[in-house]
Amino acid sequence: MAKKKEAAYRVPLFDRIFKPETITLPNGHTVSRPRSRTPLIAAILIAVVWASIQLTGFDIGIIIRRGHQFTYILARIFHPNFSYFSKVVGPLLDTIKMSILGSVLGATLALPFAVVASTNINKSALAVSLCRFLLNIIRTLPTLVIAKFAALIFGLGTFAGTVAITVFTFGVVSKMMYEAIETIDMGAFEAMESAGGDKFQSFRTACFPQILPTYLSYCLYSLEMNIRAAAILGYVGAGGLGLLINERIGWRDYEGLGMVLLALFVVVFIIENTSQYLRRKLS
Amino acid sequence: MAKQNKLLTDRPLTIEEAYEARPRLWWVYTLIVLIVASLLTWSGTAVRFGGFATKGIEVAKGVGNGLLHPDTNLLFNLTTEGVPYQLFQTVAIAVLGTLIGGLLAVPFSFLASDKIVPKWVAFITSAVILIIRTIPSLVWALVWIRVTGPNAFCGVVTQSVCSIGMISKMYITAIEDIDVRILESLDASGCTAFQKIRYGILPQIIPNFISTVIYRFDINVKDATTLGIVGAGGIGAALIQCINSSRWSMVGAYLCGMVVLMLFIEFFSTRIRSKLTRGQ
Repeated sequence: MAKKKEAAYRVPLFDRIFKPETITLPNGHTVSRPRSRTPLIAAILIAVVWASIQLTGFDIGIIIRRGHQFTYILARIFHPNFSYFSKVVGPLLDTIKMSILGSVLGATLALPFAVVASTNINKSALAVSLCRFLLNIIRTLPTLVIAKFAALIFGLGTFAGTVAITVFTFGVVSKMMYEAIETIDMGAFEAMESAGGDKFQSFRTACFPQILPTYLSYCLYSLEMNIRAAAILGYVGAGGLGLLINERIGWRDYEGLGMVLLALFVVVFIIENTSQYLRRKLS
Repeated sequence: MAKQNKLLTDRPLTIEEAYEARPRLWWVYTLIVLIVASLLTWSGTAVRFGGFATKGIEVAKGVGNGLLHPDTNLLFNLTTEGVPYQLFQTVAIAVLGTLIGGLLAVPFSFLASDKIVPKWVAFITSAVILIIRTIPSLVWALVWIRVTGPNAFCGVVTQSVCSIGMISKMYITAIEDIDVRILESLDASGCTAFQKIRYGILPQIIPNFISTVIYRFDINVKDATTLGIVGAGGIGAALIQCINSSRWSMVGAYLCGMVVLMLFIEFFSTRIRSKLTRGQ
């Protein structure tokens, strides 16, 4: 038994190269202490940072020399032009509408895919890995790129933004959901199946109540993220606040930009607090 | 009320009685459904499907074709134009941005936890963090471009600032979870302040901090791919140019590179983070 255990333990490559230090205890026993990994990790980190500095042209001097430009813009942003508010309301509402609709659609679509992608319910390994592969690819596409494609395909406007948010929410929620589904207690599901329920009935009555609070809380969480994401989608022509942000920066009207950001700030603050309150209630 | 009294007996309930006494929250459900439905109809007003754009079908076909037949020449081209160089630059932006952000977030998070500093200091710092978090990264990039010019360095600065918000939010939770009893016992055994920090505080927060930074690195790599759209370096600039000029096979090459990179980074970051939380 002991031999088997030893065979199962593979000595990490690091410990085979840098032999562990052997310490003799006062009572004559010897113990081995693996060498510290810190120097190796530090060396790798320094190499990576050095390479990154070369690749990005990092130059702290620019910030010191031209920092006043930044404070100039920031100061103007913090003096928002309140008379601009009337123009902000429309796009702001568009942004909120886009993110609500996109979140609901995406989260609804995500549920069946999450069920298919969870190993404890779907026993077909092929279907699980295919579904997960698809979800992974969708998740890696940045929202702005999706929005750009949507704007090219469906024309400029809020519809493209809604599509982008739906796809984004779908990717995120389905990933979080299949991870949640895999941690649920399957006893009730088996009991329902042995009592003669089919797969769908058993899932609805035994699993769904277990995942419902998590699901709702993820939906709210994605709504929080989406409001912020939706605000910039307009930059590629997908409607909402992004259009204004782009326009104000183009005209160097930083007071107007300040107003747009202030409005966004208030909305994000309200929605985040409401959703956090609801999520605390759910858990 | 009378119904409830009838059931509050000492004998165990029969199945029928327990079923009868199940919580009935139908009005809560109706309310929720009503709220969601009204929100949906309200938000539906803004979104009108206006059919496909004139070139919509063509674009969709192009994207599909490009993804299936990526420009392999570009994909394995090792000059500064090629996909590998662009990807490395994107990762480099994320590495530096995350590291600097992670370092900058340390003072912010200590100043924002009311266990350590007075309440009003904590409140002000949290407000600053909230403001940093609300301004979208694209806006930060556009503002910083005035300072640094449109290059990869702008991406680094942008990500350093943007990362502060989320990282310090997670640092704060880690700091507030510190087990103070360990500090007391170190105190009792006569440790100096430095020893208390070294053996009492650092071992408790370092794994959390590193895990947070790696998680943020994941997000930053994804973000860095879009920062290029406004000219802040990385793969986004080349990608958006190719999309605008409808060179779909090149778009396909860039997207393939991005997908592979993201999957690769996500795989390793999840592994390292689970190792950190499980303690080797």
